[in-house]
Amino acid sequence: MGLKTPLYSKHVEAGARIVDFGGWDMPLHYGSQIEEHHAVRTHAGAFDVSHMTVVDLQGEKATEFLRHLLANDVAKLKVQGKALYTAMLNHDGGVIDDLIVYFLEPTRFRLVVNSSTREKDVAWITEQAGAHLVDVTERPELAMIAVQGPKARELASVAIPSESREAALALKPFFGLETGDLFVARTGYTGEDGWEIVIPAADAESMWQAFLDAGIAPCGLGARDTLRLEAGMNLYGTDMDESSSPLESGLGWTIAWEPDDRDFIGREATARVRENKERQKFAGLLLEDRGVLRNHQRVVVDGIGDGEITSGGFSPTMQRSIALARLPAGNYLEAAVEVRGKLLAVSVVRPPFVRNGKTCIDL
Amino acid sequence: MSELPGDLLYTSEHEWLRREEDGSVTIGITDHAQTALGDLVYVELPEVGQDLDVGGEMAVVESVKAASDVYAPLAGSVVAVNEELTDDPEKINADPYGDGWIVRLQPSGDDGETMDPDAYQAFLDELDE
Repeated sequence: MGLKTPLYSKHVEAGARIVDFGGWDMPLHYGSQIEEHHAVRTHAGAFDVSHMTVVDLQGEKATEFLRHLLANDVAKLKVQGKALYTAMLNHDGGVIDDLIVYFLEPTRFRLVVNSSTREKDVAWITEQAGAHLVDVTERPELAMIAVQGPKARELASVAIPSESREAALALKPFFGLETGDLFVARTGYTGEDGWEIVIPAADAESMWQAFLDAGIAPCGLGARDTLRLEAGMNLYGTDMDESSSPLESGLGWTIAWEPDDRDFIGREATARVRENKERQKFAGLLLEDRGVLRNHQRVVVDGIGDGEITSGGFSPTMQRSIALARLPAGNYLEAAVEVRGKLLAVSVVRPPFVRNGKTCIDL
Repeated sequence: MSELPGDLLYTSEHEWLRREEDGSVTIGITDHAQTALGDLVYVELPEVGQDLDVGGEMAVVESVKAASDVYAPLAGSVVAVNEELTDDPEKINADPYGDGWIVRLQPSGDDGETMDPDAYQAFLDELDE
């Protein structure tokens, strides 16, 4: 028996296949993972992501603290509500977690971190915060629902209290809005438009039901994984972890090197990796043959060296197998992947594979 | 729990076997197996004419979740494969005991261990506990 979100009984009632996910009993799918995937690409889907960890930070020096804690720079957040995707590094430049930070007020920020890393994240943040007199408050009493897809915001808006509805619909991408206990952000993990909504656990069931009644399809973790893979978004624990540099995990764009006197944790170690021209690169793979690419398969680049698939799977949108992989340095567009003793041809491509319902890679 | 077809034999690897009138044996995976795998996206089939031993690698079924080997439940020679699965692997999800059949073998002697429907149902019930 694992941890249960406030929506667990709704999932069981809907016939979900429940699996253990980092200690949580979560829905894998409600019948067909592929249909749920297509629902998000073409219409709207709802995901229970209440297992994710919300951490609120408050203090006069909160900004200063986060500029030290995070590899991206919260000083970029000049407008209230704005969100930033960032890695949180250790002193050796390994990735402790990836997270989204929302700028709520000049002295108050909200972090949404992964569930599998909850304990070490909270311990790390609290330890680092001590010197900055910033209060670190985990919010386990909150539930979180993501609604994603081209129709998601329109359909989901009926379940948003009327006093917040107009402002929620007016949110620009990567902005959030806090109204009392309700927090709505135009963010997600699918490559589609939509919201991530944080609400008190007690309100989660009625909001979830309202979404389903509005015609939004319930979607499980299975579809969430194929959607994020198509969107070229990293998954913590497979595409990045403490043993890998963000520069070898496709996260280079999230490292804010300027201003060059900002002393963020992991800066020195990451700067050394940056100087190394032989460092591994992180890219997408598209399987040319039939078959399915899987995590940890070996990638062979003729005359250059080997790499490894960090996330592989089948893309329902492209009807082809795709992967994210850590690869040897160099310029090349073709490689092979070892699948059950055979070498299958792949193209090396630049993610994302799919965004806003459309394939971005030439097939 | 879905009804198990009464005219089939089953294995502990969650395959089913049907003896055809011409002596060949049609093989597929059970409803339990396809449910556990999830949506199927790729099936690797053997060559017609290939000879297989009991427990030999006969096919690979890949779902959104994982790849799974399908082993020959008896020794035999491949006389037919379900080519339609190449383009529509989800036929195994939709109709595991019918359109989702995988391979037909002509037995060559060695039979593996099989169960009748009641024994397989008891086997599944034990897995649930």
